Amino acid sequence: MRHIISILVENEAGALSRISNMFSARGYNIESLTVAPTEDASMSRMTVVTVGSEDVIEQITKQLNKLVEVVKVVDLSEAEHIEREMMLIKVRAGAKEREDMKRMADIFRGRIIDVSDNTYTIELTGEGRKLDAFIQALDQGAIIETVRTGASGIGRGNRVLRV
Amino acid sequence: MDRIKGVELSGAQIVVRCLQEEGVEYVFGYPGGAVLFIYDELFKQDKVRHVLVRHEQGAAHAADGYSRSSKKVGVCLVTSGPGVTNAVTGIATAYMDSIPMVVLTGQVPTHAIGQDAFQECDAVGITRPCVKHNFLVKDVKDLATTIKKAFYLAQSGRPGPVLVDIPKDVTTQLCEFQYPDVVAMRSYNPVKKGHAGQIKKAVQLLLESERPMVYTGGGVVLSNAAPQLRALVQQLGLPCTNTLMGLGAYPGTDRQFLGMLGMHGTYQANMAMQHCDVLLAIGARFDDRVIGNPAHFAQNPRKIIHIDVDPSSISKRVRVDVPIVGNIPDVLDDVLKLLKDHKPLAIEPWWKQIEAWRARDCLRFDRTSKIIKPQFVLEKLYEVTGGEAIVTSDVGQHQMWAAQFYKFDRPRQWINSGGLGTMGFGLPAAMGAQLANPGATVACVTGESSIQMCLQELSTCKQYRLPIKIVNLNNRYMGMVRQWQQFFHGNRYSESYMDALPDFVKLAEGYGHRGVLIEKPADVEPALRDAFKRKDELVFLDFLTDQAENVYPMVPGGKGITEMILSEEL
Repeated sequence: MRHIISILVENEAGALSRISNMFSARGYNIESLTVAPTEDASMSRMTVVTVGSEDVIEQITKQLNKLVEVVKVVDLSEAEHIEREMMLIKVRAGAKEREDMKRMADIFRGRIIDVSDNTYTIELTGEGRKLDAFIQALDQGAIIETVRTGASGIGRGNRVLRV
Repeated sequence: MDRIKGVELSGAQIVVRCLQEEGVEYVFGYPGGAVLFIYDELFKQDKVRHVLVRHEQGAAHAADGYSRSSKKVGVCLVTSGPGVTNAVTGIATAYMDSIPMVVLTGQVPTHAIGQDAFQECDAVGITRPCVKHNFLVKDVKDLATTIKKAFYLAQSGRPGPVLVDIPKDVTTQLCEFQYPDVVAMRSYNPVKKGHAGQIKKAVQLLLESERPMVYTGGGVVLSNAAPQLRALVQQLGLPCTNTLMGLGAYPGTDRQFLGMLGMHGTYQANMAMQHCDVLLAIGARFDDRVIGNPAHFAQNPRKIIHIDVDPSSISKRVRVDVPIVGNIPDVLDDVLKLLKDHKPLAIEPWWKQIEAWRARDCLRFDRTSKIIKPQFVLEKLYEVTGGEAIVTSDVGQHQMWAAQFYKFDRPRQWINSGGLGTMGFGLPAAMGAQLANPGATVACVTGESSIQMCLQELSTCKQYRLPIKIVNLNNRYMGMVRQWQQFFHGNRYSESYMDALPDFVKLAEGYGHRGVLIEKPADVEPALRDAFKRKDELVFLDFLTDQAENVYPMVPGGKGITEMILSEEL
């Protein structure tokens, strides 16, 4: 099953490597991984999307907790949560496709953030599935380049992860 | 707080002061360019003694053996680049067996890091997967705190090696020295007390069981919980087995001890593991060499209680019913409190069954042989040393025979590389053990293949006059490899025979030691007696043993623990 795990980690050199290393050394999956400092600059927050049986996920959270620099770990998928991912996608937008492409971006609530004679760069935010759907909806030949951030997640309501 | 106001020390001085503050007796190491300033400071004092090894792998193993035999943190010091990479095998060995160690490594100056400088390697990168934690110190102001953290991390929670990488320029920078009394880390808070409700549940399960079994590992030795384990096992009259790493935690000579379990465990221990109804696992991790195939193990229904300081060891390979995370002595103290003066359990039928299994006498071997049987040497070693020796071993058949035939009554008496299985571990580990226990009898049980992997340390033994007795079971084969090839590879002994072996007697003599060759069974005991009388000399005993002898019982890889191959003698 797919799980989304949030990790608070000391903002120190090598912390990211320790975490990704643990996944590869123990043969666990990483579907996506995002990391950036939090409002407290001494700490980073990481979101890892992984796939595994309940036993594997239990081991992953235990092994993460065991790492000395990891402050807290939460499996967001255990309860209500929100996740978002951002994609920048550069598409062909010559005179012929321009109108269609704009409409498609609007339907998905994407924003065109860069324009050239024959391209648009569209910014799109949402759950991973929505980004997938947008890619599917386009004429595949029109896609020039995509870049996705991977999912970030947060618990709903009063569910918080902090020190 | 120790602070020298206004006086600034160099990074190198700080390193040595930190070691003094930690009460470090010995540092095992090898000098080189990046650590010259540290060595200069070591030279100027005499509190911390340095032991010069002949190869950095030896330094790490010696620090490891020192720690295993003494409850203290082992410390080693090596230079950058090859100094670090040579030490990696020793660090990984300590990591797999959770041994508290602090490894100080030199690094090229900070401005040269990443430039492919001479003798540069990414020490923290290379060792990251085989240390509990590691640090690169980029500012002398962080040096003392980092070393303090290293010692704290190494010995708290589940212990392990911690590496501190120190660039050469940091050792020359100046800073006021201040050694912190305590370390607080918001990200690291090992548990001490176990959960009271879980402990109560565990006690209830134990008291209601008809076929209880206690299985303990290295965690009991490392956490110094042997007294509590003995109290518990004896009070309730439970059968007990120890893993290879756990031997000595429960007295090997006691009737309630069923011997080691696992791939080369005794028949009775493995059968009792499989057929018990309540299993109390303490400081053990159900690894593949211990319970074999987990699916086979799960065929028999039983309730499992698992006490461990590391939550990730629980339910890793085998589902556990009552997990208890905590420091083992604390948890067992709580268990004993709940038991008050409870009588032994009424489990006579279970003991009758166990005694029937024990009667198979699974460690029997041919005593009429004209060739020296390795088991016979171990038996005699046990007799001659009165069961009192600290025994280190290398890896292979000799290791298993030592574990089977030497009855360890005390924890920290048996020192071997159980997790990583590092050939070459035995001799340098014996050096550490001998230095930690100056008056003690230390024997290194080894084979002609293993001993050659860290043979250079014979020279260190000479320099520091370490009177280790080396018991070399020389069968001219990598015995365990040969055994697997015989059983599972159609007797094709691919590269497991070693031609052109050295004359070990001359070799020992070449290093300034005494060497003895023993070829006949009748000479085994006299040779051992003579060797162990020599309190000031290292004696290399080269026993020519039966080339075809195998270790029994044996559970083939991937099989269940009751699917044992027993000796043809049975």
